[in-house]
Amino acid sequence: MSNPMGVLICGEILEGNITTVTRELLNTGRDLGDKLKQPLHLLLVGPDTEDAAQEGIFLGADKVYWISHPSFYETTPEDYLVPILEACEQTSPLIIIFGHTDMGRDIAPRLAAKQGSSVCMDCISLDIDRDTQSLLQSKPVYGGNAVAVWTSHKEHAPYIVTLRPRSSQPAEPDTDRKREVISLAFSDPSSSSQSTLLKTVKEEVKGIKLEDAKVIVAGGGGIAGPEGFELLQDLARILRGTVGISRVPCDEGWMPKSLEIGQTGHLVSPDLYLAVGISGAPQHLAGCTSAKCIVAINKDPEANIFREADLGIIADYREALPALIDKIKELLVG
Amino acid sequence: MNSIVCIKEIPDPEIPPVKFKLDKKEMLRVLPPEGIPSVINPYDEQAVELALRLKEKYGGNITILTLGDQSAIRIVKHALAMGADEGILLQDEAFSEADSFAAAYVLSRAIQKIGGYDLILCGRQAADWDEGLVGIQIAEKLNLPLVTQTHEIETANGDFKIKRAIHYGYQIFAVSPPAVVTISSEAGQPRLPSGWGIISAAKAQIPVWKAADIDADPGQLGIEKRRRKLTDLYIPQHTRKCDIILGETPAEAAVKLAESMRKAGVI
Repeated sequence: MSNPMGVLICGEILEGNITTVTRELLNTGRDLGDKLKQPLHLLLVGPDTEDAAQEGIFLGADKVYWISHPSFYETTPEDYLVPILEACEQTSPLIIIFGHTDMGRDIAPRLAAKQGSSVCMDCISLDIDRDTQSLLQSKPVYGGNAVAVWTSHKEHAPYIVTLRPRSSQPAEPDTDRKREVISLAFSDPSSSSQSTLLKTVKEEVKGIKLEDAKVIVAGGGGIAGPEGFELLQDLARILRGTVGISRVPCDEGWMPKSLEIGQTGHLVSPDLYLAVGISGAPQHLAGCTSAKCIVAINKDPEANIFREADLGIIADYREALPALIDKIKELLVG
Repeated sequence: MNSIVCIKEIPDPEIPPVKFKLDKKEMLRVLPPEGIPSVINPYDEQAVELALRLKEKYGGNITILTLGDQSAIRIVKHALAMGADEGILLQDEAFSEADSFAAAYVLSRAIQKIGGYDLILCGRQAADWDEGLVGIQIAEKLNLPLVTQTHEIETANGDFKIKRAIHYGYQIFAVSPPAVVTISSEAGQPRLPSGWGIISAAKAQIPVWKAADIDADPGQLGIEKRRRKLTDLYIPQHTRKCDIILGETPAEAAVKLAESMRKAGVI
């Protein structure tokens, strides 16, 4: 293989557009490319990639490679990996960045196995060491209690990483930017897959999606049962927000898993995050610390959530929420 | 239907953050929290649970496999007490520097030695280093079909039908045995060990396999085989300072909170 060069983003497309997460990767990738004085390339594997490829140029890529293929969700991971592996061999990048998404979590470790590469999952920041030029990969460990910084050994290039969504700002488009868009051909693997995809089911969410919500009222173990969530729903309704949960209400079966916020649930960044009866385990905070304002309501003054909140009251939610709801109604009317 | 479940012993991830301490002097590492016993990785415990549900439906044998220190016998016995049939500890000085790739190599050597399996289950990630690599690397090393983020498994006409959690729903894959799955938290709460389970697990002998027992190539295991180097480890600083609003009663505090939120421009 020739000397590995450049940063390759493995991007994703949703409904014809480059996803927000991919725009975040492009921003981070641009920074790394500039520091290394190496190009930033974007790889798009999926349907409708040709149109989205142009958008990739606007978002800062020096070259966009696109491959027409079923999306990650419409095929098996083995089949989705084939064009990515071929593109990596053809373009020989030094750094390969995936989003820490369904696709990245599954594909990045498989790619590392095939290439004998280093891989670091769920990074929250990437940088280039000024002296050694090595890639500094920072990732939360121990559920977010600590952050580890890794470098990769040179013989294990390309350095594959996944970047946690919301850990950097998305790249902004510059529609005057003109660069090359390249269609890559690859050999069709149709028979190599060891698994068969029978179906992909999209479960519709009622109301506002957690990722899009400006206000989230989240409840934890302190809510002590499914009934208490009615108060949280009331509060969310008047604030035009939606309800989320930490792990306990999900484990206890009070509320559905689909509402879980945290390391293994949704990663959210609302303007206002109201944490009610949530102790503030790092695994939960991993999903919500990018909120602009965190307000904590907890009866335990020692709860960890108070170390991560901007405003808080030490109170039982059953006594505090009715008064809070009334006062907010009054303020919003006035 | 025979399954092998790979489990890992980790410091209790539920410890309060104030008890979480690092050793930055001797080497970069996490200090085991004082007086709090280590536990089975929660995702691995869910993998044991899923294997037990399959055994209840289809019969077969469950082997627990762990790579770790002598102390990991405790978590193997925990899995036996839940209902697994046998356990093996992989423990050797030669394994002590293993990264995720070397760990997967050691586990796959042991899996090959055990043989006769239909399904290998691993947690989707270990709640200590949160890598999420080992299960996937085992599948790659053994060249077996793999479904990640699994939470339900059935068999139909000799094939597995495997449900995989995705961000906005789920997928169903069909694979032929033997296969590897990594288990996600959607699998639900693991069962508690039964009284009888605890008694019989306490008596169980857990064989310890060394590198030589699985013909592990020492060339695959040394510190120089690690693909990454840890250069720093730190506890993140809190970026926010909480303004605690007081009141004579919870209701009064809540009213003042609403006013503060209004003042801060968040409502």
